[in-house]
Amino acid sequence: MARSRGFWADWTFGKIAAISAFLVVAILIALAVVLYGESRLAIEAFGVWKFITSTVWNPPMEKFGGAPAIFGSIVSTIISILIAVPVAVGIAIFLTEIAPHYLRTPVGVAIELLAAIPSIIYGMWGLFFFAPFMRDYLQPVIHATLGKLPVIGQWFEGYTPGIGLLTASIVLSIMILPYTAAISRDSFKMVPDVLKESAYALGATKWDVMKDVVIPYAKLGVIGGIILSLGRALGETMAVTFVMGNQPVIPHSLLEPATSITVTLANEFTEADSDIYLSSLFYLAFILFVMSFLVIAIGKFLFLKRVER
Amino acid sequence: MDAVKRRKIVNGVVLVLSTLAALFGLMWLFWILGTLLYKGLGSLSWEVFVGDPPGPGDNTGGLKHAIVGQTLIVLIATVIGIPLGILAGTYLSEYGGNSRIANFIRDLSDVVMSVPSIVVGTFIYAIMVKPAGHFMGIAGSISLAIMMIPIILRTTDDMLRMVPPELREAAYALGATKFKVIKDVVYRAAITGIVTGVILSVARIGGETAPLLFTSFNNNFFTLNMFQPMASLTVTMYDYAMSPYKYWQQLAWAAAIILTFGVLGANILGRVIAHYKFKK
Repeated sequence: MARSRGFWADWTFGKIAAISAFLVVAILIALAVVLYGESRLAIEAFGVWKFITSTVWNPPMEKFGGAPAIFGSIVSTIISILIAVPVAVGIAIFLTEIAPHYLRTPVGVAIELLAAIPSIIYGMWGLFFFAPFMRDYLQPVIHATLGKLPVIGQWFEGYTPGIGLLTASIVLSIMILPYTAAISRDSFKMVPDVLKESAYALGATKWDVMKDVVIPYAKLGVIGGIILSLGRALGETMAVTFVMGNQPVIPHSLLEPATSITVTLANEFTEADSDIYLSSLFYLAFILFVMSFLVIAIGKFLFLKRVER
Repeated sequence: MDAVKRRKIVNGVVLVLSTLAALFGLMWLFWILGTLLYKGLGSLSWEVFVGDPPGPGDNTGGLKHAIVGQTLIVLIATVIGIPLGILAGTYLSEYGGNSRIANFIRDLSDVVMSVPSIVVGTFIYAIMVKPAGHFMGIAGSISLAIMMIPIILRTTDDMLRMVPPELREAAYALGATKFKVIKDVVYRAAITGIVTGVILSVARIGGETAPLLFTSFNNNFFTLNMFQPMASLTVTMYDYAMSPYKYWQQLAWAAAIILTFGVLGANILGRVIAHYKFKK
């Protein structure tokens, strides 16, 4: 029996759809394989542990160590999360519990739209407006307060033109703020009203309800959201490239110029003039890929999975 | 009664603090937005849209090359990304269902979605730019398409799964083949949702700079050839903002506001469609 035209249309469509779906898997595998292949030269030359811990990044001498870039990526991510999370949770509490109802939708939508602004705009604002503000107003304040503390005071020393690790971290925190706030708000919103109302009926204040009902209920979602924001901050390029300073050193003070993996890639990738230089940059990209993969895997599969159930 | 009083005070303090946090956060965001509007609108002129790129130190010139380049790169990325994303989403929803392999692809697709965009750029550099020996616009489009596919896949999958199974069964009962059911019943029922997902994904990738830095690169001349280096608004902004020339910096702000209007416009359009679709 000859098969009808309908059968072949059916068969072809199914196969094409399947191939498209497996393409996503292929892309991920290809990414890992290609990045590893391109960094082979540098891996063989500098090893793994030696590359991660070496602070020498000297293109003319063809000596490459990833420590300054990795340090900058991790430290700027941690600082930005430390700044953004309390503010984002504050915004989420404000939007779900405090704000009058007619304000909730417009402010919520405004925050979501701010998350859609291209990150390069944050970077440009950082370079032209925030860096001078940092130099003229924030730096003296930081010297007078945080700089006077014992032990950690030395992290806040020095005079700079406003461009450095801390400036980049602050710009980064502003960039991930809308994203983190939106996720926290969505997690808080998922708390059933019945639970909250029972607590109110027992005489709880708004803070009691937040502390003992909403936050415990929404905890996993918020932590998952924070980890996803962390992944975002780690891979963000344009918001930090303008204000990091691109100095391949581990700075003594957070106010000093530094670098990160993304900043190094953005600034040096098209200028790499030798194979080992380019390969070292690919090595950094590969390390960033692995770091963000781990962060996302932890955030998604450890925390967000449980929320869905 | 003391405990009650203390709780009320603590409550008041926390409420004030979180309101302050909200105001603090919003203040930064509105400072950035205000700056963008002030600098951007002040730099806009007819010349910006139709002028050829300025030379170093010039005081005239525009962004025609970058606006056209940006449009082309995003357009080609969309043309590549939409069919692949929709087909993959269709496979997951209509063929994969809740099978282990489908869920595995869903998880991997979420991982691809969160790969840092600059890493995607280095990947395309390695497989396209390096073998070809020069930067090209199409490489930028493919980088953006890679970022787009998981987003479209996700929304298509979600939207198709919201179509009630009874609709499909009714069509099967009439003797329709699977392809006919998907094409004439499932897609029709879910079309608004799919379109929303596509528009939001365009908004998401339209403002990306990092994946274009090493792929489409930049071009100081007007070109329509996708196999040559091609200017984009974002990379042009990056180069002009970092330059010492006042006029170039002014053009960077003009590019910033054009880009933001484009991206926010697409975003709002997507939301409005979704709002009307799901309100009823």
